[in-house]
Amino acid sequence: MKNNVIEVKNVIKHYGDVLAVDGVTFTVVKGETLGLIGHNGAGKSTLFKMMLGLIPLTAGEISINGAPVHGSAFRELRRSIGYLPENVVFYDNLTGLETLKFFASLKSCNQNKCLSLLEKVGLTHAANRRVDGYSKGMRQRLGFAQALLGNPRILFLDEPTTGLDPEAIREFYLILNELNTQGVTVVITSHILSEIQERVQRLAVLKSGKLHALGTVQELRESVNLPLIIKVRHHCSQSILQSLLQEIALESIAVSETAVELSCHRTHKMEVLHKLSTLGALIEDVIVREPSLEDVFLGYAG
Amino acid sequence: MFNIEISQIKVIASKEFRDRIRNRWVIAVAIIFTAFALAIAYFGSAQQGEVGLRNIEVTIASLVSLVIYLIPLIALILGYDAIVGERERGSLDLLLSMPITRLELILGKFLGLSAALASATLVGFGLVGLLLAYQINLDALYHYMGFMFSAILLGMVFLSLAVMVSVISTDRARASGAAIAVWFFFVLVYDLILLGILVLSGGSFGEALFPLLLLLNPADIFRILNIFSTEDLKVFYGLATVFPASLSNPWLLGSMMITWIVMPLTIALWRFK
Repeated sequence: MKNNVIEVKNVIKHYGDVLAVDGVTFTVVKGETLGLIGHNGAGKSTLFKMMLGLIPLTAGEISINGAPVHGSAFRELRRSIGYLPENVVFYDNLTGLETLKFFASLKSCNQNKCLSLLEKVGLTHAANRRVDGYSKGMRQRLGFAQALLGNPRILFLDEPTTGLDPEAIREFYLILNELNTQGVTVVITSHILSEIQERVQRLAVLKSGKLHALGTVQELRESVNLPLIIKVRHHCSQSILQSLLQEIALESIAVSETAVELSCHRTHKMEVLHKLSTLGALIEDVIVREPSLEDVFLGYAG
Repeated sequence: MFNIEISQIKVIASKEFRDRIRNRWVIAVAIIFTAFALAIAYFGSAQQGEVGLRNIEVTIASLVSLVIYLIPLIALILGYDAIVGERERGSLDLLLSMPITRLELILGKFLGLSAALASATLVGFGLVGLLLAYQINLDALYHYMGFMFSAILLGMVFLSLAVMVSVISTDRARASGAAIAVWFFFVLVYDLILLGILVLSGGSFGEALFPLLLLLNPADIFRILNIFSTEDLKVFYGLATVFPASLSNPWLLGSMMITWIVMPLTIALWRFK
């Protein structure tokens, strides 16, 4: 497909005897944000480095815009890519502005944009301070500004919000959103799953180097088939409720005088709701909670 | 991968050079060179029972002995960190994700550090040269310039070796160990081994082979390049005095030095994965 920006096909990576990435295949289309999740050592960073052409593949192939990253077009490709490594490290003796100018000259892009990029990530006040005086969050912001140099069409962001406060995380995703609407393709990893699940179109779950699941958040939820949680507030007696629900195969149920919390499979959801509705005004409120992505993630990768 | 963009090399080189100017490395090393060179220029003829600024040839001969220890050491200390330091700190991945090849990165690092070392050498020994200027004739000036130029070449050879060590080593501690080992081998051990073989073989050890073995050590080449002086000063030059005049062509020796610069860099590129 011509809309495929990143194509990863049957990629395998061995480090000696260790199989770090085991037959991973996926594509990322133009303007999409793909979230990459998995435990430490699941192969996320290795996969990132291979997509960037930093380390060779043992087998398989990766292409970006239809060309291999290490091929003759690598310089053009690299200029269109922004990369924020995990725990980004800069040169302590340079100021924030000098750091950006250094990378801008390597990317052959306009150095005059550096100040406005610093403004975009909220670092104008520290532009002329040396990086060794920066906090973790400030380094991360500088790293993000660096990744945005030269208006990249593809962004690789490895744990980009580590060390950022909630306000900065919100600002970060606002910028990312804006870029998305401009057709920028993003691959992002994060271990804060509740944060990433609302912000990506699709998720890839890696475990021990294998791709365990790939799809939208909803598709992943449905495919793992984790039980839903249903919370009910009521005015009726506990025995009535228990006898009403005993025919349905529930995962668990906890009944108290005014509330019931039960979990059941998705297929039984409507059945439970139907039974509850027969009690009419005796039911005060019903809340159905979908399994969180943490649950999905643990279901796959736990 | 072999298309080279000079601009990328320049970006890396000028950062390395600027860093060394800013952290006062260049000025500090220049002062060390000046101080040592002045001391040698002043006390250098003490063997002949005099002190004071005397014969320029004696001064150069003494400076050669100094430089042969000092410059390789300084170059190795300057360069061993170049790549392995970036790798250990974690900044190498970001650097390599830029539109730059590994060859450009290695050359940029090497040339930037070379510029720093060359500046320190020129300033440090240049100042002493100015002090000696009142008693320098054209011939001696030529020798002194040759000495400075060959000292820069010597520094570049050991910087090249340092960059190679830096690429091959897995961490900084190993790299510094390997750098010290390189210094010991070329500056101290190599000549001792040759001398040992010469003595053991009762001097019969191939007269043709011996000078060629000297050519395999950049420190010895530097020594040979700087023999301009008369017989009575040759005591300063140790083993280099057995070198036949036929091989003393500065162009041959110079190209050997260039080979010594290119070879370690080539190995570094090959091993840079």
